[in-house]
Amino acid sequence: MILGWKDIKPGFVILEVGSSRSLKTGDWRTERPVLDRDKCNKCGLCYLFCPEGTIREDEEGYFVSDLYYCKGCGICAHECPQKAITMEPEG
Amino acid sequence: MRVALEGSHAVSEAVRQANVDVIAAYPITPQTHIVERLAEMVAEGELDAEFIPVESEHSALSVCIGASAVGARTFTCTSGPGLALMAEIVFIASSMRLPILMVLANRSLSAPLSIWNDHSDAMMVRDSGWIQVFVNSAQEAYDHVFIGFRTAEDKRVLLPFMIHMDGFFLTHAVEPVELVEQSVVDKYLPPPDFPYRLDPASPLTMGAFVMPDQYAEVKKAQDEALKASYGPLLEAWKAWGELTGRHYLPIEGFYLEDAEVVFLTVGSYGEVAHMAVEELRQKGMPVGIAKLRLWRPFPFEDLRKALKGVKYLAVIDRAVCPGGVGGPVALEVRSALYGMEGPKVVDFIVGIAGRDVTPEDYLKMAEMTPEVAGGGSENYVFYGVKE
Repeated sequence: MILGWKDIKPGFVILEVGSSRSLKTGDWRTERPVLDRDKCNKCGLCYLFCPEGTIREDEEGYFVSDLYYCKGCGICAHECPQKAITMEPEG
Repeated sequence: MRVALEGSHAVSEAVRQANVDVIAAYPITPQTHIVERLAEMVAEGELDAEFIPVESEHSALSVCIGASAVGARTFTCTSGPGLALMAEIVFIASSMRLPILMVLANRSLSAPLSIWNDHSDAMMVRDSGWIQVFVNSAQEAYDHVFIGFRTAEDKRVLLPFMIHMDGFFLTHAVEPVELVEQSVVDKYLPPPDFPYRLDPASPLTMGAFVMPDQYAEVKKAQDEALKASYGPLLEAWKAWGELTGRHYLPIEGFYLEDAEVVFLTVGSYGEVAHMAVEELRQKGMPVGIAKLRLWRPFPFEDLRKALKGVKYLAVIDRAVCPGGVGGPVALEVRSALYGMEGPKVVDFIVGIAGRDVTPEDYLKMAEMTPEVAGGGSENYVFYGVKE
């Protein structure tokens, strides 16, 4: 939430715990990772390499990015041994 | 109790009496005797505080930030090049609104390598967002430790406080100092009680990340907070005056009513200038002096009021803005006077790296002022510089 200057506490102290969860770093992305499920063998290396911890295993065992946080760095696509992830331009 | 004390030791004594919790400092050159004595006090059990000797001034203030963030009364001091190394954290302390007290033993910045006194270090952190005062004597330095903590920790303020104390002229000279009883300090300075503290039982975030859509609002709030510290500081000065009989103001003027030429000084050079003004007055020369104590927040209204009707103002600047329009104090003063029918300002850059300025020099500057003021656009002078 963006505050007006009069509502800012001394030193911009934030009393709400874990408020960084609401910061939508997905806005920074210019390319998004797209997973080809036919190529993916569910090894989970993308999950291990993601520097932001935005990749989660879904119910079927595939590893998918949470696009609310994914900054689009492309490390998952670079590391995928199956070349199952491609980076596609946003917008 | 009136005792003879080195200026540095007067500060150490005040810090002891203020019952600080944490002192963090780089203990080697360019440090002063202030922390040397404090380290002794802690080692000998005269002061119950954590003394943390760190590997650099950058770390010294970083430790102070951590300590202040958990609610401790925190002190550090440094000087010239040490402040330069500390600079990044100086800005962070004020932006995080932590009521740390720092004494800056003012010294010139290299190169050429110099260890003597001027205000080039002070001016480097002019815009750092700290409350900043210049003191004129060991007594004033001693008093302002208490005044500084009280103002900084005031819940309406919550800002760090910097005492500018001329290196060597004040830090290394022995002067008579009137010490106050501990009961006076205890009455004046309540124990620290900050509204926001890092505490696992009640978690909060300090020093958070923001995007461009929020940074300006935080800075605006900080600017307003620094300006609003003026009132609480005046109250703290008044309360100290009532307890001790030593009264302080943002700016103090002498012989301003009928003066042709008024000197404006910051720091200890004001004492010799004042002596010179007294001598010149006895000889019938219409001179006066205005001593600026409060540097941030800058007392615009007080200055305008004090200098109304003055014909010529000779600003004694002890630092240079290379490639600018002279010295930093004159810059500020000209801004304050802009648009009002105030004095013509002449800027004298003097006493760089501790060069002596004698009463005779003030006579010469008083004589030069109307002449320089009538000259072209270059109305600042490197006084006494060898051609």
